[in-house]
Amino acid sequence: MKLLFEKSISGRCASILPKCDVPMAAIDSSLKRGSAPHLPELSEIDLSRHYSELERRAFGVNNGFYPLGSCTMKYNPRINEEIASLPGFTDIHPLQPESTAKGCLEVLALAERYLCEITGMDAMTFQPAAGAHGELAGVMLIKKYHEARGDYKRCKIIVPDSAHGTNPATAVMCGMSVINISSGPDGRVDLEKLRSAVGGDTAGLMLTNPNTLGIFEKDILEITKIVHESGGLVYYDGANLNAVMGVVRPGDMGFDCVHLNLHKTFATPHGGGGPGSGAVACKSFLEPYLPSPIVSKGGKLNYSRPETIGKVKMFYGNFLVILKALTYIMSLGSEGVVESAKLAVLNANYFMSRLSGAYSIINKGLCMHEFVITMGKEAKESHVSALDIAKALIDKGSHPPTIYFPLIVAEAMMVEPTETESKEALDQASDMYIDVYKSAMSNPESVHNAPALAPVCRPDEVGAARSPILKYTGKW
Amino acid sequence: MGNYLPSTKAQQQEMLEAIGLSSLDGLYADIPQSIRLSRPLNIPGGKAELEVLRTMKSLANKNKTFGTIFRGAGAYRHYIPSIVKSVVSKEVFVTAYTPYQAEISQGLLQSIFEYQTMVCELTGMDVSNASVYDGATAAAEAVSMCRSNKRKKALVSATAHPDVIETIKAYCWAAGTDVELIPELGGATDLSALEALVDESVSCVYLQQPNYFGVIEGAENASKIAHEKGAKFIMGINPIAAAILKTPGECNADIAVGEGQPLGLPLSFGGPYLGFMASTNELMRKLPGRIVGEAKDRNGRRAFVLTLQAREQHIRREKAGSNVCSNQALCAMAASVYMSAMGPSGLCGAAGQSMAKAHYLAGGLEKIGHKRKHSGEFFHEFVTVAPYGEEKISQMLQMLEANGILGGLQLNGGVLWCCTEINTKEEMDFLVSLIKQFDEGGVA
Repeated sequence: MKLLFEKSISGRCASILPKCDVPMAAIDSSLKRGSAPHLPELSEIDLSRHYSELERRAFGVNNGFYPLGSCTMKYNPRINEEIASLPGFTDIHPLQPESTAKGCLEVLALAERYLCEITGMDAMTFQPAAGAHGELAGVMLIKKYHEARGDYKRCKIIVPDSAHGTNPATAVMCGMSVINISSGPDGRVDLEKLRSAVGGDTAGLMLTNPNTLGIFEKDILEITKIVHESGGLVYYDGANLNAVMGVVRPGDMGFDCVHLNLHKTFATPHGGGGPGSGAVACKSFLEPYLPSPIVSKGGKLNYSRPETIGKVKMFYGNFLVILKALTYIMSLGSEGVVESAKLAVLNANYFMSRLSGAYSIINKGLCMHEFVITMGKEAKESHVSALDIAKALIDKGSHPPTIYFPLIVAEAMMVEPTETESKEALDQASDMYIDVYKSAMSNPESVHNAPALAPVCRPDEVGAARSPILKYTGKW
Repeated sequence: MGNYLPSTKAQQQEMLEAIGLSSLDGLYADIPQSIRLSRPLNIPGGKAELEVLRTMKSLANKNKTFGTIFRGAGAYRHYIPSIVKSVVSKEVFVTAYTPYQAEISQGLLQSIFEYQTMVCELTGMDVSNASVYDGATAAAEAVSMCRSNKRKKALVSATAHPDVIETIKAYCWAAGTDVELIPELGGATDLSALEALVDESVSCVYLQQPNYFGVIEGAENASKIAHEKGAKFIMGINPIAAAILKTPGECNADIAVGEGQPLGLPLSFGGPYLGFMASTNELMRKLPGRIVGEAKDRNGRRAFVLTLQAREQHIRREKAGSNVCSNQALCAMAASVYMSAMGPSGLCGAAGQSMAKAHYLAGGLEKIGHKRKHSGEFFHEFVTVAPYGEEKISQMLQMLEANGILGGLQLNGGVLWCCTEINTKEEMDFLVSLIKQFDEGGVA
């Protein structure tokens, strides 16, 4: 399909602004750019059709099964979108007087109260815009805590090898070095390795629980104790909170701070990669270090924070995303939050059991909200890889699972159905998954050229990275 | 009450039986009883959709929406064409995830490629990424891009937005590197002070154009000074002003960043906004976050993919330059639709009108004794000095508020005003007449 630029016709434009009602201002020509920015020239109908065509070449939760592991692609309720488009929220300037933004401040205060209850934490910042950004703010809190005690030798962050890549990358952004510890044979943190990794230089441990294999770290109290006894803090990567919300709380497991992916667990949409929200909650002893401002209990912005780490973003965070998450929690309520977690786990286990006859599954016994398939044997013996299965699933009208993560599983496929899939949807999807597997194994060639029905097939990523074309350079 | 769980109790039972369990609690056998929450969550019970709508509308009604706004300071109310809102509310774009699987995501990937192209056009730079969280994080990430073992200090102009400065400082503190402020002189960056500060230990110089006070900076000279000592030059720009002002490319900037909110995003109490980032080819592989590139598929067709992923955290882990993973894709799409709907003439029109109106208002305020504090040329924001103290300035702004006007931002004995194409001559004349009456003791 053509690009916007290839549809541009010189001289075409939409009529958007009225004539200027005051004299134009002149500035010195030395300050001006050489020529107007070369943007496409289109009418509204061109744009309308262009984006409708792009829409047909994309896939959202509304299109079908989207079991992208670690991403919690649950249904995004429409009421949340409607509320986030109310002018009483969208037209509020971030710097208008607090007395004229009481509703916004109450949204933040309520969201903080509910999310602190769900996490078992005491205080919260909404400034971080995404999970990785929350990790950054969280590890900054840990760094500040050690510095405030005059303990400057704590410069190491421990990360299990099953962790998200953002964990070690975040630690490095905070000037820390990373100690990777390999998981035990059961896919959990190896306590002996953890014991030998901690010491006087330990700043903290970053952990996802349930972990990225969809396994609950049942020794979690021992894990947090080992780190605490060494003087370090424990960070909860909230990417997988959906499995356990209302069942067990990070605060009760011994974690000191946590980020939440409101765009995963709390049903705010992902927008094709953002905006998200990576709200960070912490225990009260870390509260003085939270980014400035915080919303005080009385619903006022508090800038008087001498020990703060500063700011990690303009203003107060992705407000409309937080608003959507609050709407979701209000809809679900106390009982609905727990029920959603339980059904997320039920759906994952049911789907896993349906697939277990065909696929090799890493999880032994029950999984949490997601499970991991390995195509290692098939790839080696039959030339059917995780990638082949993923691409064949596209032809069946499903979004593939996350593939090649976690890194510790060969040819991994990480499957997270979420609670908003019905039993029939799971039955149908599992039949389709098994069907794809069987036809791939009986005729590997058939999947090597999949997908056949998508607009493109297996673009040359290596070539694209070797000679990057990152913008349109044709004439228009 | 309200939930989004389609499976009925009977279906749940069937599913439990299929996996050999008798109750939902059995799913959590791995979680020790001692840490489980043994009580219900202390949050209110669920509500039906209609109740939730009522509750949230009542919260929205506790906010005051101003019909007339003369405040910017990092968040700008520009006109948003209807087509922008309609495109970015398409369900597919709203609910999709990051386009990892190219075949099923060509629509999103192409839209990001188009966005990158337009950001390059606007900034005059070689390459753009798919966006980051906002203008402040874009600036902080840009500073990180310039750091080397020998050069660890960043020089940041004191005339940049205070939140941008704070964010850069926090990122640099975390990384263990230094930030020094270049002092302000008469509302602009003191370039002779910059000359004295920049040396072989400086990694980069960050300058905002136009600056926090609305003044147009001598960016080309700052760039020259930075480059003479081997430091990189980062320009933080307002994307509407960019339609008129010399581009970062023309100023020889190494990196251009900025807050993309003026390009079709509502004020929304501060977010979600959009951080745009563009650089020279030389720095391409240091850009953080997602980047979309053109590729050929197996059948020779044009395709778009996430590219240069060897930079990124999910591949490089602790060796990645940044941890950025999510971007602001939907906001970037809003910016693309905005720029395409406005076109070159529309964007220049919005910029020219914003500037014209700010100059008209500055003239009106000057006539009643609220003179500009700075003498430099300005775009759509400017600071006035009130003929009275802080307390009375605050009363004056409250008087405007009572008249449904969000006035400028109170700033150290002055007021930072902003105009956009939305403000009419009538509104500005009314504003000036209200202040005149107030100053003469006519209204309080």
